[in-house]
Amino acid sequence: MVERTPVFDAICQAILFLGLLIALVPFAIVIIAATHDIRTVNTVPMPLVPGHDLYANLAEAWQRADLGRKLFNSVLFATAVACGKVILSAMAAFSIVYFRFPGRSALFWAIFVTLMLPLEVRIVPTYAVAANALAPFQAILNVTGITWLVQTVSGIEVKLEWGLLNSYPGLILPLVATATGTFLYRQFYLTIPDELAEAAKMDGSGPVRFFVDMLLPLSRPNMIALFTIMFVWAWNQYLWPLLVTTDPNFGIAVTELRSLIPSEFGLPDWNVAMAGTLIIMVPPLIVVILMQRWFVRGLISTEK
Amino acid sequence: MASITIRGVRKSYQKNAVVHGVDLDIASGEFIVILGPSGCGKSTLLRMVAGLEEISQGEISIDGRVVNRLEPRERGCAMVFQNYALYPHMTVAENIGYALKVAGVPKAERAARVAATAKIVNLESFLDRRPAALSGGQRQRVAMARAIVREPKVFLFDEPLSNLDAKLRVAMRAEIRRLHRRLGATSIFVTHDQVEAMTLGDRLVVMNGGRIEQVGSPSEVYRRPASRFVASFVGSPAMNLMEGKIDRQGVFVYDAERSIPVPFALERRLVGHDVTLGIRAEVARLVARDAPGALPATVDFVEELGAGRVVHTDLDGLSFAVAVTEPVALEPGTEVGIAVDPADIHLFDARTGIRLEGDMNPVEASSRQT
Repeated sequence: MVERTPVFDAICQAILFLGLLIALVPFAIVIIAATHDIRTVNTVPMPLVPGHDLYANLAEAWQRADLGRKLFNSVLFATAVACGKVILSAMAAFSIVYFRFPGRSALFWAIFVTLMLPLEVRIVPTYAVAANALAPFQAILNVTGITWLVQTVSGIEVKLEWGLLNSYPGLILPLVATATGTFLYRQFYLTIPDELAEAAKMDGSGPVRFFVDMLLPLSRPNMIALFTIMFVWAWNQYLWPLLVTTDPNFGIAVTELRSLIPSEFGLPDWNVAMAGTLIIMVPPLIVVILMQRWFVRGLISTEK
Repeated sequence: MASITIRGVRKSYQKNAVVHGVDLDIASGEFIVILGPSGCGKSTLLRMVAGLEEISQGEISIDGRVVNRLEPRERGCAMVFQNYALYPHMTVAENIGYALKVAGVPKAERAARVAATAKIVNLESFLDRRPAALSGGQRQRVAMARAIVREPKVFLFDEPLSNLDAKLRVAMRAEIRRLHRRLGATSIFVTHDQVEAMTLGDRLVVMNGGRIEQVGSPSEVYRRPASRFVASFVGSPAMNLMEGKIDRQGVFVYDAERSIPVPFALERRLVGHDVTLGIRAEVARLVARDAPGALPATVDFVEELGAGRVVHTDLDGLSFAVAVTEPVALEPGTEVGIAVDPADIHLFDARTGIRLEGDMNPVEASSRQT
């Protein structure tokens, strides 16, 4: 629809500009606050002209929150979660779209239902599983009486234990499954003409080959889009990392931000807190900037 | 090269039967065209040969080996799809060479074979392009090259030309014909286009409603259609069909007083029988209205085809087409006569649609159910 409506255009521009302003002002304040010393940052109102203490604040934040270690953990955590999600959902969608097996639609709906059960809802059972990843199997053995049987026969008590608390797998694995990603892939796979799969079949390729040679290259934009979204999402996770890691060696940057926020009766050094925030904001920003070209393409078009 | 034997093959989806028992023998190196309207089960039959569709009942063997349970790749068939089904993320060379790559052919040999195949279909200068950067005809050739490169025993074509424009279709038709002469592989070509079928096939298989109506050479199918369906489906313009009865004098009566003399020896046996009479538009002639034996008709309109024209007439309420070669200036409403040589008349049993021949007992014919 092409229309020439200068007044309407002007109104749209104004609204967009206003939105941009609302989105950017907090960032501006964070950046400005991070450049002041403690005295200036606490004057009311805070001056809106940048100060000169940015590097000092950054260094202080880095050192105080042990950001070197924490950022490393965060990058590892977010990358692993995003990669895991991309791979797992690609394979899950592949099985749902391309294979006819009993219980296929039940499985699909089971995945669908997990959309309504985010981690926050099932955090207690998930924590219990993370504390001992084999607990569900132990429960099965107990209920079916196998534990009892083994104990009476051999005198050995079956006790499965695999604790994931305070470890990278514990941080990562519970967050890897994703219904959203599976959906994204499913929709994409459904747009791929059946004839393509049949042609590959005629050319002698089996399911795995088809997946690797056809679906993965074709879904590259989708993969990148999903990776970007999930990286940022994982980077901003707070509750789960906070719960599952008590050892500071496994803490991640976002939860560590807490240690920079001045306590009620402590020194109100908001400048350092803001500097820490700035540092922690950078990696997802880099990922988004690097990926944005494919990211947009992956969400709006189905390249065929 | 391989012979294909299809025995009592049926296909049904749940309770929906699509193919009702097909028997067909295809000789080694033969070019078979399966012709039929959409939904007649021709593609399904082809896909069963390819292994893309399970065979509900019956047996298909290639070179004497039953292939019912074999994977597509084990059957030695190559298929050209209607929408080409090229791999969009691969270059032309990769597309052509993919089957070889899967088969584990070494890189050097693969490149050589891809190059040789590309030469056959004139694609040498496009090997580095992606399918998106090719025209329809070029894509079609890539799809063919992809089939050729594997040196398959059997070529399967699933309406490969229906997405091309008319001119290109004629060119590709010739190319496919040439290719078949050169490679000599057994080919099955599915189409709904009768011109394609007539020009390409050594033999035609006309299908309707999941059954084979007729198997024969193109001219046989055209000259002696085995059923009313074949008669109406093959030939353009479609054969004129009239319902009527054979009366005591041994003539075909389609109206209270109008009659057409019937040619063959069966006229006596057919007395009182309900039949469908067929006359090709190409053999009917326009004559003066008062010529002896002429059927009186009124011109409806004239279809100009360039090389010839089709005069659509109204024959006592029936529409009747006459193809003529010489230019005619006939206004709608002109009264004309139509003359038909009795030898050019086809008769079909009105109930079963089966062709009635001189040596055939009509009672037997009408009791024979397809």
